[in-house]
Amino acid sequence: MLEFARWKYIVVSVVALLALLIAAPNFFGEDAALQVARKDRAKIDDAGRKAVEDALKAKGVTFRRAYVDGERMMVLFDDGPSQLAGRDAVNEALSEGYVSALARAPRAPDIFRKIGLKPMPLGLDLRGGLYLLYQVDVNDAVRQLVDSYEQDYRRALTAANIPFNDALPLNTGSGVNNGVRFTFPAGTDLSAARDAMRKVVTDVGYNINDGASPSVDAELSDTQVTERQRSAIQQNMTSLRNRVGELGVTEPEVRQQGIERISVALPGIDNSAEVKDILGRVATLEFRLSDVTNSVEEAVARGRAPVGSRLYYHRNGRPTLLKREIIATGDQLVDANTTVTQEGPGVAIRLNAQAGDEMLRITQANLGRPMAVVLIEKTREKSIVNGQEVEREVTKQEVISEATIRGVFSNQFNITGLGQGEARDLALLMRSGQLAAKQFLVSERPIGASLGQDNIRSGVRALIIGSAALFVFMIFYYHLFGVVASIVLAGNVVLLTALLSLMKASLSLPGIAGILLTVGMAVDANVIIYERVREELRNGVSPQASIRAGFEKAWSAIWDSNVTTGIAGLILWVFGTGPIRNFAIVLVLGIMTSMFSAMLGSRALLTLIYGGAHKPAKLSIG
Amino acid sequence: MEFFHKATNFPFMATRRIWYTLSIALVVASLALYFTRGLNLSVDFTGGTVVEASYSGGADVEKVRHALEGAGFHEPAVQSFGNSRDISARLAPIEGLNIDDVRGKVETALRSVDPDVTIKPPEFVGAQVGDELRNSAILALSLTLVLVFFYLIFRFHTWRLSTGAILALLHDPILIIGWFALSQTPFDLAVVAALLAVVGYSLNDTIIVFDRIRERFEANRRLETRLALDQSINQTLSRTIMTKVTTLIVVVALLVLGGSALRGFSEALVIGIVAGTYSSIYISSAVALDLGLKAEHVFPVVRSKEVDSLP
Repeated sequence: MLEFARWKYIVVSVVALLALLIAAPNFFGEDAALQVARKDRAKIDDAGRKAVEDALKAKGVTFRRAYVDGERMMVLFDDGPSQLAGRDAVNEALSEGYVSALARAPRAPDIFRKIGLKPMPLGLDLRGGLYLLYQVDVNDAVRQLVDSYEQDYRRALTAANIPFNDALPLNTGSGVNNGVRFTFPAGTDLSAARDAMRKVVTDVGYNINDGASPSVDAELSDTQVTERQRSAIQQNMTSLRNRVGELGVTEPEVRQQGIERISVALPGIDNSAEVKDILGRVATLEFRLSDVTNSVEEAVARGRAPVGSRLYYHRNGRPTLLKREIIATGDQLVDANTTVTQEGPGVAIRLNAQAGDEMLRITQANLGRPMAVVLIEKTREKSIVNGQEVEREVTKQEVISEATIRGVFSNQFNITGLGQGEARDLALLMRSGQLAAKQFLVSERPIGASLGQDNIRSGVRALIIGSAALFVFMIFYYHLFGVVASIVLAGNVVLLTALLSLMKASLSLPGIAGILLTVGMAVDANVIIYERVREELRNGVSPQASIRAGFEKAWSAIWDSNVTTGIAGLILWVFGTGPIRNFAIVLVLGIMTSMFSAMLGSRALLTLIYGGAHKPAKLSIG
Repeated sequence: MEFFHKATNFPFMATRRIWYTLSIALVVASLALYFTRGLNLSVDFTGGTVVEASYSGGADVEKVRHALEGAGFHEPAVQSFGNSRDISARLAPIEGLNIDDVRGKVETALRSVDPDVTIKPPEFVGAQVGDELRNSAILALSLTLVLVFFYLIFRFHTWRLSTGAILALLHDPILIIGWFALSQTPFDLAVVAALLAVVGYSLNDTIIVFDRIRERFEANRRLETRLALDQSINQTLSRTIMTKVTTLIVVVALLVLGGSALRGFSEALVIGIVAGTYSSIYISSAVALDLGLKAEHVFPVVRSKEVDSLP
């Protein structure tokens, strides 16, 4: 008897139907679209949506449909020209408060998006994307290190009761600030000074200059400078990776280019000001006490803050005076997460122990007084000066929150006064780490799909023709069994597509190679089974028993060959990067789907045809 | 339809010395070609500029290549692109030139061939294969070899079969690399993907034969190893050929219809599939034979219990 349990039929049918549903958005393709977001990253509401639609209608731009996805709005167009016209219309009417970017959106009916089904994104090689090149100021990283040493030395010398005159920067021949020189009054015990310095920083070179102006030099060696530069690049790369990762772009590539450059490739991003904004920002926080004794109005009128204070502005333009002393800075941050407080969205901050102690001391002494959080962002701005394009570094400092200290706290507290989107962005920026060194965007360009549209089209056509020929051949060779195999193979590709879409794995050329390999292995599994069935038939076994024996005896061969290939795939998945990983993901999933489809799908169909009490006299297996 | 109506009985193992010699010769030649000629690495590896242009009077790829070489680009990869008018050129970076200089040079060179040309703005392409990627690939491949080796020992109880499988696994990609060094077909990331796929196919093939060897030994513990191997290969022969034919159908379709960008990819697959079939017979099995494989290695004391049952 050839039987197949009812629950297995149910499993196979349910999986097949689900797979068809999940894979469906891939078969519709993509439309040219415009992505509109609010500059403060709040969700676009109905009014915003209407404003965008009105702007388009006013310019007579036709669009297919528009919807709000997450915080952003997507407008879908019939073709490229209307997409461009749409962007111009939106930029013209809504440049205040909104940013727009060219994008592509799935063409599948809206219902798929509403239940969260999206097509798998295409990789950089198949669809192109955005390529950004950052220049890292590695010498800045060395300078930062030297600065921190200098602070330590000052403290150590003061503690050791050794007065010094000045601390001067030392530079290498190539102009890198790699050390500090402390000058002392005549008659100072220089070796005692050196020992005090060495106690706090052990691994740099010290040099005593005895003479007219006694001094002690602390200098990084060339190897230490190189090492610091190298680690700065690494750290910047790591934070860029984190930032990109948290942006939700699929399969981004962050690479070092040369000694001091980092390239970032973002597949599928056509031109997103928002991405650049997040990646390019160097943000840090400072916590300062507010100056409540002096008058802000007076300071604004005089254009100068009183001694011991500095004039800052809130983001709404309101001026405020803050004390010069910093309580804590962003470097002392351990973690930052979004949170919801009674005053609305906020960022939960955790500082390290040292900053926590300081915070405790300050909050104890200043209960009831206001404290401010200053966000400092460094960007590069291009401007035209005397007809020439000049790029300069702009430091933007703004007070993002100023609130009364209501309780004593140390290293854990919340920053409030932000919008929901802003809180998320700020937490992301804080969490993804300080950049070790300043970095600037030196080049930004959209990259086309390296394969070219024509090549992709002919590749896909070749795959379809090849698969069709394969089906014809299988049917010719195995007759009805070949028909079953063809159905199962097509089902396998649908199943694999569904899994890839669920995982949001992006598809690149190596991924297509993986699909091809998977189809090959799925054909193979069927061939192994059918050849076994034929062998059994040749040995005079009855048709039904042959089918069962075919599946049973083929199992160990199929299992071992798939598991071995699966091991290879898993390792490539875990240890590979970029295209190799893409290939591996497809391969591992494909092995699972092809085993499922050959052992369960194929068997279900064949049992349906040949199973049951009515025993066939002959099998249509060629 | 069947390839073999009767069970075949080719004495595969008898001629293995000839095939060893051939394999060793091919591997040595491949490595020699790789080290002397090297690979024609694409911009995926080197980074550079990609330019697309359309000559309304028809493009002469050779002339364009010469013009670009004359402009100082080292070995520009010029391909016709879909039809007779469109070309795409991949250019290695030139030290000290920014994108505008490159654009100027390219446009001058392309116009010198035929002024009637539409040139799309050049696109800068970063090297997709950095040291990081190369290192992770090497690490992953080495680990794969080790784990596959041990998995096969676990399943077949002998290092002899494992060794055969690993040698076959190394054999096929080396031949493909040899071909790419010989033909100077551009070696791009797609070819790397094809290499990985070939490793997968080759492994698959080898295991199918091994599985049959285990079955032969199980049926008859006294069977002479050489006969067991010959029988196993013969009994899986129709499966081997059928699987290869079906896969080749798709791959040849890619090679013929897939356009120039998939040329390297499909060439690598064709060679890999052919080499993989051969190596699963003459390397993995034959090596195991010469390493002294015997039935008791596969079934050490008692017959290993069937690990897996049908789902």
